[in-house]
Amino acid sequence: MSEGTPTKKAPYVVPIGPIHPALKEPVQFLFDMEGEVVKKADFAPGQAHRGIEWMGMRRNPIQIIHMTDRICGICGVTHSFAFARAIEQIVDIEVPAHAEYIRVIIAEFERIQSHLLWAGVAAHELGFDTLFYLAWRVREEAMDVIEYITGNRVNYGLIQVGGVRRDITPEQHPTIQKCLDGYRDLLGKMLNLFLKDTTIAIRCKDCGLLSFEEARNLCTVGPTARASGVPKDVRVDYPYSAYGDLDISPILPTAYGGDINGDVYDRIVVRLLEVAQSVEIIETCLKEMPEGPILWEPKLPKLLSACKKAQGEAVGRHEAPRGECLHYVAMDGHEAPAMWKVKASSYSNLHSWIPMLEGEQLADVPIIVASIDPCLSCTDRVAVIRGAKRDLMTKEDLHQLSVEKTRRIQGC
Amino acid sequence: MALPMIREIFAQVFKRPATNPFPARFLPPSVTEFLKKVGAGEATINPPVATPPNFRGKIVYDRDGCIGCNLCIRVCPAHAIEFIPETKRIRIYVAQCIFCSQCNDICPKGVLTMSPEFLLATEDRFAESQIVE
Ligand code: SF4
Ligand code: SF4
Repeated sequence: MSEGTPTKKAPYVVPIGPIHPALKEPVQFLFDMEGEVVKKADFAPGQAHRGIEWMGMRRNPIQIIHMTDRICGICGVTHSFAFARAIEQIVDIEVPAHAEYIRVIIAEFERIQSHLLWAGVAAHELGFDTLFYLAWRVREEAMDVIEYITGNRVNYGLIQVGGVRRDITPEQHPTIQKCLDGYRDLLGKMLNLFLKDTTIAIRCKDCGLLSFEEARNLCTVGPTARASGVPKDVRVDYPYSAYGDLDISPILPTAYGGDINGDVYDRIVVRLLEVAQSVEIIETCLKEMPEGPILWEPKLPKLLSACKKAQGEAVGRHEAPRGECLHYVAMDGHEAPAMWKVKASSYSNLHSWIPMLEGEQLADVPIIVASIDPCLSCTDRVAVIRGAKRDLMTKEDLHQLSVEKTRRIQGC
Repeated sequence: MALPMIREIFAQVFKRPATNPFPARFLPPSVTEFLKKVGAGEATINPPVATPPNFRGKIVYDRDGCIGCNLCIRVCPAHAIEFIPETKRIRIYVAQCIFCSQCNDICPKGVLTMSPEFLLATEDRFAESQIVE
């Protein structure tokens, strides 16, 4: 066949999504395929935009705190933690040490439940449903303790600007300790079931590779970065809250003995070992928790007026189970913030899909996509819809729009 | 071939399921019919897992203690509370409430509390059960 003639041969384009049974959340993929091999991969996020920031900019910080709980369906404290830290910097609030420890305890319980949830999803993507059920059953222990401490399973409502809303009393320690002991016993079993299994090793080793350089250049965060050997972790690099008092270091795949390959297997290793790390952190926090109040200002009307008076901007960061989560807030002396921007951890990790997916087989797509633990409802922040048409705007388009608006205002 | 899961599977065969079957121990042919029967007292429900202490369920409002200060409305993230000027009291739309209990925290009279009640689904968001006043 001569050049330019439409050919019925490869590459074929295989679209997956925006909604697809193999994907847990809405995102669209386009693959150029040659046989079974993905030659070129592309993706389009932005299918789950809900306008939460817009809602927040019409509400006061105490109201927003409860909206941040609902940005993500898995992380119930990550976003409220980061948001509260931003507000606390603007209003110049010193959070009581006791409250800082409670925040860390709940954040680490969140990491445990999120990583176990991920482990279950990964097993399910590999077709290993027995392991999926097991992982989700043991995850319930962490959910039960979270429920016991905060009152609810998913939307904890624990964080308040300047502290926490519920205390952890000495009477609660035995129940929490029992759960931690359970996880300590369980960890050996989980490592054995996941990492010694021949099928999992065959499917995950050397699959979805992300090199150290790629991980660094793409600014990946969290376990995705650490599995490729990039030792970054906000808890260690910029200690905040009670993390400064703790002796922790980022977990790399070498902790399990092997080399760093940056494959799906390494991501399993890192997440499972982080569960063990979180158990240690919670234990230390329970032991060393200082006494004191749980709130900077228990009288909420006073807190509201302090927030209203404040002016300035700040960035609040937290190491979520998926990596760094960042909230930018600007206040200008009104009830509601002048600006609120959320950068969820998955946003930084999505781009690593491209180098991971290219060159792999179509059947490996679900596990590779899941391996960065994407959370799209957190991530999607911009979608442009005009009439029935929906499109993405490039920098040039936005610049053009801006120029047009200036002209319009000038009336020429 | 290493299959460490095999032992786990055999052990599981002798354990009780972790899931609490709700609302019936065995799946009825029609859940709606079953619930109707429960309402008529002809069948019994298999109880849900108990709620923890501090659980935030349907809101409870003691209107006699309320002073109509409006503070709860200021902090409600869901705009679920409405002020009624004639009676100087409030009305809460449960269908809109997100169960954060922030209004409970700010109320100077402590007349708002969260009950453990959570089976609240209906088809009508303005049904009697969905409005607290
Ligand atoms: S519990 Fe929260 S959402 Fe419900 S009425 Fe009170 S403040 Fe509003
Ligand atoms: S805060 Fe309490 S006293 Fe004030 S209006 Fe609301 S329910 Fe009534």
